Amino acid sequence: MLDRGRTGARLLVCDDNKVNRLLLARSLELLGHDVVAAENGKVALELLHREPFDLLLLDIEMPEMDGFELLGALVGDPSLRDLPVIVTSALEGLDNVVRCIELGAEDYLPKPVNPVLLKARVGASLEKKLLRDRQRELVRRFATPEVADELQASGFALGGKRVEASVLFADIRGFTPLAESQPAEETIELLNTWYTLMFDAIGGHGGIVSQIAGDGLMAIFGAPAPLANHPAAAVRAALEMIELVELFSAERTAAGKPAIRIGVGIASGAMVAGYTGTQKRAIYTCIGDTVNLAARLEAHTKEAKRPILIDAATRSALPPAVEVEALGPVAIRGKAQAVEVFAVVASSTR
Amino acid sequence: MTAPTIDPTTFDALKEMAGAEFAHELADTFRAEAPAMLAELKRAYEAHDAQTFRRIAHSLKSNGSTFGARGFAAIAKELEQGGIAPVEAAAGAPLAELDSEYARVAAALEELKLA
Repeated sequence: MLDRGRTGARLLVCDDNKVNRLLLARSLELLGHDVVAAENGKVALELLHREPFDLLLLDIEMPEMDGFELLGALVGDPSLRDLPVIVTSALEGLDNVVRCIELGAEDYLPKPVNPVLLKARVGASLEKKLLRDRQRELVRRFATPEVADELQASGFALGGKRVEASVLFADIRGFTPLAESQPAEETIELLNTWYTLMFDAIGGHGGIVSQIAGDGLMAIFGAPAPLANHPAAAVRAALEMIELVELFSAERTAAGKPAIRIGVGIASGAMVAGYTGTQKRAIYTCIGDTVNLAARLEAHTKEAKRPILIDAATRSALPPAVEVEALGPVAIRGKAQAVEVFAVVASSTR
Repeated sequence: MTAPTIDPTTFDALKEMAGAEFAHELADTFRAEAPAMLAELKRAYEAHDAQTFRRIAHSLKSNGSTFGARGFAAIAKELEQGGIAPVEAAAGAPLAELDSEYARVAAALEELKLA
């Protein structure tokens, strides 16, 4: 597949000068690539938004939108930020080339373009892009898109940083007897459906699923990317999770299978977020008292017979529209003092 | 001995790289585009539009180098780097010089095509 680095890539040539544009396109076609040409940055940007390209060869001085402006637009666009750009410029414009590299261009080619140099630079850029694409594909399979983006932007390093966030724990009530009463294949299918629904609800409210284990999961709201009112986002996600599980249960009951119920615990506050594990195998997670509290609250939903339990910090950030029931101080394992616990009133428990 | 209007080594290299037919087509494109560019250069000069003046001069220089039109490219380069002021000081002479050099370049490219 690395051959793609040498031929058959989709390239965009952006140059206002027709002679330069045709010549560069021809040279690249002779190297075996598919080439599309644009006469200024604005046209190029429209094309880039419409179709996928592997590499952009960019002239600097152009009317409408010049090379600097286009590079600026690419950096600010998450979907185009990683597109490799080779700046084509006459040698006297070396200052401009330096500015372009600072703006994120990968390389430059002096004009008139030397075919040997062209082949080498285009090949190198495409191979680098291919490696990056593969790396990202791998990362995406094992991490959430947010974590993958964060990894891409700041690189991988074990260790954490202090953040303000909300943590949500959820699991399926009475899962073990359920799993024992049905074939393993059915259990896997049940888990996959439940995870799909939960990922939708959590991702839909700006959270990321940090860990999944057995019938449970842990989600973070407010890290790695900050999130406005993360406690409210976590609670909304929890309400949607309950709703989705009810719909899913109704389907199951109709098919003669037992309904499922879940418990959710949420706590908000300071925690340390980052990568934990080894250099070879690590996960993005949060650690701290707040995280432990969220896990305990989730466990307490059984005794409290309420599907969603939250702590006081989460409670205080909720808008009045969210109905909450104060359960009073509850002794929580691992906490010296009793903790104020609140139940979020889901429509089904109302 | 005066230098040729079109440097044969450069033009041959272009033909070898892109194909002879393509090289001549490209020269045709240049001859189709250049008059408008020269006119725009003059407009920018008259309007004191320094940015456009430099951009067009830069483009002409770049095209001149592509075909090996060294004299033409050299004049365009001077215009690009010197800007409008020296042209004004010379009462527009460098623009006229660029125009007449272009006429020679166009004729030479035509000749190469027919050869």
